[in-house]
Formats: sequence, structure tokens, C-alpha cells
Amino acid sequence: MKKGTLKQILLITDGCSNEGEDPVAMAALAREQGITVNVIGVLDQYDTEDSHGLQEVEGIAQAGGGISQIVQTKQLAQTVQMVTKQAMTQTIKGVINQQLQDILGDGETVEDLPPEKRGKVMEVVDEVGETADLHVCILVDTSASMKNKLPTVREALTDLSLSLSARMGENQFCLFLFPGKRKSVQKVISWTPQLDSIKRIFEKISSHGITPTGPAIKEAVKSFSSLSRKQSLVDDDEAYDDGPR
Amino acid sequence: MTAQDNLHFAPGTLIIGKWHQNHYQLVKWLGSGAQGTVYLGRDGRRSVAIKLAKDRASLISEVNVLKQFEKLRGDPLGPSLYDSDDWLTRGGTIGFCVMEYLDGVSLSEALKRKPFDWTLVYMLQLLKQLQQLHNSGYIFGDLKPENLILMHPGHAIRCLDFGGATRIGRSVREYTEFYDRGYWGFGSRRAEPSYDLFACVMIMIYAAAGKRIARTNEPQVQLIHFVKNHPKLAPYRKTVMNAMRGNYSTADIMRRDLLQEVMTSRQSNPQMPQSRRNVRKTNAVSNRSGWKSAWLAASVLLTAYIVFVIVYVM
Repeated sequence: MKKGTLKQILLITDGCSNEGEDPVAMAALAREQGITVNVIGVLDQYDTEDSHGLQEVEGIAQAGGGISQIVQTKQLAQTVQMVTKQAMTQTIKGVINQQLQDILGDGETVEDLPPEKRGKVMEVVDEVGETADLHVCILVDTSASMKNKLPTVREALTDLSLSLSARMGENQFCLFLFPGKRKSVQKVISWTPQLDSIKRIFEKISSHGITPTGPAIKEAVKSFSSLSRKQSLVDDDEAYDDGPR
Repeated sequence: MTAQDNLHFAPGTLIIGKWHQNHYQLVKWLGSGAQGTVYLGRDGRRSVAIKLAKDRASLISEVNVLKQFEKLRGDPLGPSLYDSDDWLTRGGTIGFCVMEYLDGVSLSEALKRKPFDWTLVYMLQLLKQLQQLHNSGYIFGDLKPENLILMHPGHAIRCLDFGGATRIGRSVREYTEFYDRGYWGFGSRRAEPSYDLFACVMIMIYAAAGKRIARTNEPQVQLIHFVKNHPKLAPYRKTVMNAMRGNYSTADIMRRDLLQEVMTSRQSNPQMPQSRRNVRKTNAVSNRSGWKSAWLAASVLLTAYIVFVIVYVM
């Protein structure tokens, strides 16, 4: 199988958007362009499980073809790397399912194969997940209610970088904060293979009351085209354009 | 993808495989983990362990690993795999595998109950097993006391859960923060033998502290300080520090060093067992004096009774 690129947006937030475009629609827009949107809803022990905020978290991930997970702040690190890896597997499986349907006809997926054959397919999925290039654009909600959770978010992102850099494939990360200083979204780290040096960035941010989740997703989608333009100057890389099904 | 969070079924439930049509009966719930639930089951007259998976994909990966190990010769590392199949229930399809039932005590239980000397014995055994596993091109990944079992009888150590087993050179599939070297700032999550050896060190720290110690702001300094100053670990600090820093490329070298330190530390510290014997001796002395007073009281009572009977008869 040809080595491809997996594109993901990872959104870390604690509640409802209240400004700009509808985030669910923006997630669907991302998926149209082959980008998976995963969402992690962060609660601390004092937060009640506000159903409206959680619905939005789930809705964004569903529209974006990704995974959503609600976690307590202290479990964040393990969840972030797990969600990212699971979403990769899901995307690769989506591609394989598509090809199986082309060969075997309607309704046939990996799950319908007998265990022995499925085992072989899963080996391929593992292999691709290990060697494929991965581009992750991380969006962190820095609105007022997130302020005391940010140190943990920072730790979780360093941990994510550690986990993914153990893979054989190449990684690219970029980091956006929303709301930004003057704009609704602020790019703080442009595409880079490793997320170190994020310590200082989280120290200087000031929190606002608004949460422009929709515009943030839109900006993230745009950033992928800037990366592929940058890379196409170097080489002609082919990307998976299929979202998971 | 069908995620089955509630995998609790009543004893006696019959499981029929969709593909192989084998029948199994659930007997007893054994435990639940992140990946699924394990039951003691019955296959005809044979006792088996049945693992019901939350996520079928990760079960398939584990089954692949178990199949690899079936081909290896020598002491078995884990349970033998008998069957893997799907079970159609009203709530959806559940993937399951049927394995040899390993009867014994989990290492986490044993570490709590036994003195630290035993921890060292278990470590030496475990390192031998790990070398065998690494020779086959895999690391264990999620190495922790909960995933190891001491067979009954004989204390032979066996690995229970291969969900984290990863081919050398890839990224570690599954891990538990406390036993992960990345969490403590001691290296990457790439699957290499030294990753498992770091987890061995954390098992020793867990055994010495009696609990999972909490990470501070400077985890590296914290662990080094702990190893150097803890009375149970200090005698073995050379090996422990080497393993912690990733200096051992194979489990065999670590085992050799640890064995040497265990043997020499005994000679330089012979007071321990002697003091224990002293305690036992004083116990024995006090016991004997207890018997004396009992005898005295009994004979006094007996004499009094005889005198009373004689007086009454007269």
C-alpha cells in the first residue's frame, strides 16, 4: 500500500461555542476535504455534565468523522494520545472498507470477515498507522473557564508529541489558540515536527469570555492547505482523501 | 464499530461462536480491564478463560500476538490460545477469545503480602521471561504487576495480558502511566527492550513503596532520589539506576547484574535473619514460662479437689 498522509484536527474545549460560524457545519466542511475532526471535552470535578456543551462536543466529532471523548482534567494526557491513535485506525479502516466494498460489493466491511482474515487486515491497518505521515492541527480553547486547566493541557500535548514521535512515520503539528489576542483565532506554532517549546506560549495568554469554536475550525482547515503547498514545493506527496465511514 | 461497555453476564450464560460454532458456558467473573472482561468458562469438561472484548480491533491484535508465541518453543510466556470468534447478542456483536485458564495469584497481590526478598526472586524470573519475549521480536509494552500471574503451585511467573505487546521498533501500543518511561521523562515510547526494563524498575519501586508514588515536578530527580535512599532498594541501586537510564540493551545483562547484587548484598548484611531468630527465641522462652504457671495452677486445683473429696467421703 502506498504511504499516505492522515490529516486530523484535535479540538480541546470545555463547552459551548458562542461566536461565529456553526462549529458542527465547519467540522463537516473539514471532513469534505479529507480532514478528520476529533474533540476532547475537558471537565474538572466541579463541572456538572452540562448536557448542551456535551452535545456540541459529540456533534462536532460526528460531523467531522472523528472521535469524541469527555474526560476529567487529570486523565487528559492518556486520552489525548489514545483518541489520536484510535482516530488514525478508524480513518485507515474507513479507506480499507471502501476498497473492500468496491471489490466485494455492498455492505461488506472488515467487521464482517471471519476472525482469521480480519486478523490479517488488522495487521495491515497497524502497519499503515505506524508508517503513514500524520498531520495534526491542535485547537485549544482558552476562554475564561479553561484557564486553570491549561497547565494540564500543555502537559498532555507534550505527552502526545512524545507518543507520536515514537512512530516510524513523519509527524507535523501546529497549534492554534482561540480566542486570540486581537483576532478570534491565533496561530501560535506553525507546522513543526515536534511540540517542544510550548511551555512559554501557555504562560502569556490572557483569557476572554467568548468561544469562537466555528471560526477556529475553519482556520485550522485552511492551515492544511498552506502545509501541503509548502510540501509540494519539496516533493509530490499523495494524501488519503477519504474520511472514515 | 460496536462499543460494548457493559460486558456483564450471569454465570451459566451460553456463548456460541458465529464462525466456528463452538459452545462455551460462563462460570465466574474473573476481572475487568480497559480492554474487556475475563470470565472463567467451561468448554465441555475443561476450564478455560474467556475474554470478551470491548473493542474487537484490539482483541484481534492481541490474538495475533498470542498466535506468534504459539510458534515459539521453550517455557510458555502466556496462556495458550484455543479459539477466537464473534458472539451475536441482542445488544450487538461481541468479539471473544478462549484461552488456557491460568490458576494463581496476581503479582500485585503477592507483592503486597510477601517480604521484599520475594520481589527480587520474581524480578529474576521475569527478566528471564522478558529475554525470551524480546528474542521473538516483541516487547511486552504494558508491563505491570496486574498483568503478571504467579502460577499455583511453584511460583512460576507467567504473563496474562498481551494487549500491549508491540513489535520492536514500533510505537508502544498500550501502556500504564506509572510504569511508562515517557511519563517519568526517562525516554521515548518506542518499543525496545529497555522500555520493558524500565517498567521492571517501576515494579520494584512499587513493591518497595507499597503503592504507586505520585509524580512531582521533577520526576527524574525524584526517582533517582527514591532509589538511592530507600532502604529496600539501595543495595541494588547500581542495577536499578542502569535500567532506569536505559543502559541495558538486553534483559539478560540486567538479570546478571541484579543477581550479582542480590548475592553480594546478602553477605554484607547478615544481621537481618539472625535478629529474626532472636525474636523467635524470646517468644519460645516466654511460652515455656506460660506453661509452667498453667501446670502449677492445675496441680493446685487437683490437690484441692482430692482433699475435698477425701473430706466429703470421710
